[in-house]
Amino acid sequence: MTVISTQDLVRRFGDVVAVNGLTFDVERGEVFGFLGHNGAGKTTTVRLLNGVLSPTSGTMRLFDLDPVEDGPALRRRVGVLTESPSLDERLTARENLKIYAELYDVPAADVSARVDELLGQFDLSERADSRAGEFSKGMKQRLALARALIHRPELLFLDEPTSGLDPMIAHQVHELIAGYAAEGRTVFMCTHNLYEAQRLCDRVAVLEHGHLLAQGTPHELASRYARSQRLEIEATPATLPLALKTLNKMSGIEDVEAQNHSVISCSGATQETIPDIVALLVAGGVRIVRVTPLEASLEDVYFALHEHAAKGAQS
Amino acid sequence: MNLCGLNWRGIRAVMTKDLTVVLRSKMILLPMILLPVMLQVLMPAAFGIAAYFAGDAIAGDLEDLQVMIAWLPAEVQGRLAAQSPGQVFLEIMLVYAFAPMYLIIPMMVSSVVAADSFVGERERKTLEALLYTPLTDSELLLAKILTAWLAAVVVGVGSFLLYIVMVNLIGWLVVDGIAFPNLMWLVLVFWVSPAVAGLGLGVTVLLSTRVNTFQEAYQLGSMIVLPVVALMIGQFAGVLSLSVLLAIGLGAGVWLVDALIFWFGVKTFNRDALIARL
Ligand SMILES: Nc1ncnc2c1ncn2[C@@H]1O[C@H](COP(=O)(O)OP(=O)(O)O)[C@@H](O)[C@H]1O
Ligand SMILES: [Mg+2]
Repeated sequence: MTVISTQDLVRRFGDVVAVNGLTFDVERGEVFGFLGHNGAGKTTTVRLLNGVLSPTSGTMRLFDLDPVEDGPALRRRVGVLTESPSLDERLTARENLKIYAELYDVPAADVSARVDELLGQFDLSERADSRAGEFSKGMKQRLALARALIHRPELLFLDEPTSGLDPMIAHQVHELIAGYAAEGRTVFMCTHNLYEAQRLCDRVAVLEHGHLLAQGTPHELASRYARSQRLEIEATPATLPLALKTLNKMSGIEDVEAQNHSVISCSGATQETIPDIVALLVAGGVRIVRVTPLEASLEDVYFALHEHAAKGAQS
Repeated sequence: MNLCGLNWRGIRAVMTKDLTVVLRSKMILLPMILLPVMLQVLMPAAFGIAAYFAGDAIAGDLEDLQVMIAWLPAEVQGRLAAQSPGQVFLEIMLVYAFAPMYLIIPMMVSSVVAADSFVGERERKTLEALLYTPLTDSELLLAKILTAWLAAVVVGVGSFLLYIVMVNLIGWLVVDGIAFPNLMWLVLVFWVSPAVAGLGLGVTVLLSTRVNTFQEAYQLGSMIVLPVVALMIGQFAGVLSLSVLLAIGLGAGVWLVDALIFWFGVKTFNRDALIARL
């Protein structure tokens, strides 16, 4: 089932076109990554999808609701982790959660149990009655995430959930997101962290200056857009120096490195050139044990896409 | 509760949040306490002490008060004629001259609280999460208006109760009693003052789309615009509030201005416009 569906979505701010003709669908239960540089239009898209901003043109449906017309009904079913934690620093952790439980219409009888449950789950029980203003950045982010989940939303928006967090806390946040997704709920995650997207997302869309450059599973994007692949080549130890020498002389092959006494890695190969590389090595006397193409990372895809887009803009 | 189809639970949650936040800020609480103490306790006490020490010599000042006495309703003039000079002096000052000043309290409280909940919220970056909740634009506006208005009415009525004690205490200690409160004050406190609270709040809401920090809104509102408005009302009320009927009229006039401001406010207050300024 389609949870989010947009068609030619556009939003301008004066002369700036923040979002420029977005068309995409997000299916129920998927973790959808929305990738883009700063100012690409990620936050604006989240605001549009929640009826917080109105589109200049284009259409969108969430759960078959129109965010502009049915904003309140839609927002009841959606949770949002905003880019800055947006917590009331003069309120305690518990008060912050309790007020949002009321705002999202959690049944009155369940409010305090739900608040306690989330405080426990996000490791905040001990500081439940301290003011949020005294919290560290990581604690604030956990509290903000707990608040976004207070009404058990079917769809969760995360706007750069780990930016500025140290790796340990970021890892914790990743676990929490993965746990939430495992319950079959839908996640729309904005990020410019490619590792995060690779790790968590079922599908990603790459955004640049308000335009969608590409969308698909990380695997699809890798095979479609990555300009080259990394290769791992295992040879007999005796012929390894020869293999190194040969690879270094080949045009288009880069980052040639010996991993250990028998394995070499290099980049710059493509599906078409791998057989040639193998043939050249064999002809040169290298005794090959194994050749493994490694899947391009989302990072490779991302840079390839941007290069592609830049070339398109020039010509 | 589903009055007018509004989400009252959500509205109450926003009000609870805003009031709690206000009560935890010294910068907001301090003027809210100091102003009533100054206007309703210290100033009348100073007049009481002056009257006590001056005794009948106060009669000299009565010349100046004659102008005001002449404006009073006939039955009040008759009553004052039978009183001692000290009693006349205190009644004129505390009951009539202070009436317009009292209106500064609700105006100031509503504008400070509104500055915190409208502009302060945006400045603290807590507005965005609120915009993602199921509340509609008008529910959000209503919650914030009610918060500031409620605070002003509570502080206003509280100050009035304090003033009743002060005036009667001074009357009892210094002269043979002062007739307070009278009907005119009841109209002032329960009809004019809530309307004036709406005015202070309305001015701040209009300012809030043009300034970015609580400090700016607070300074513009409570230090520049409001004193001017208060002065104008003061001039007006100083003359008018001497009659119950005219106090009712003044109140009605201010309510009308409130209605105009809020009509304009509802038209300009929407999520899109608020976000555009984040
Ligand atoms: N309220 C606004 N007023 C004017 N310009 C805006 C506003 N919000 C965003 N923009 C502009 O729109 C573009 C996209 O911004 P944004 O959606 O915040 O990007 P991202 O979240 O991907 O960093 C940027 O150029 C930004 O300056
Ligand atoms: Mg952003």
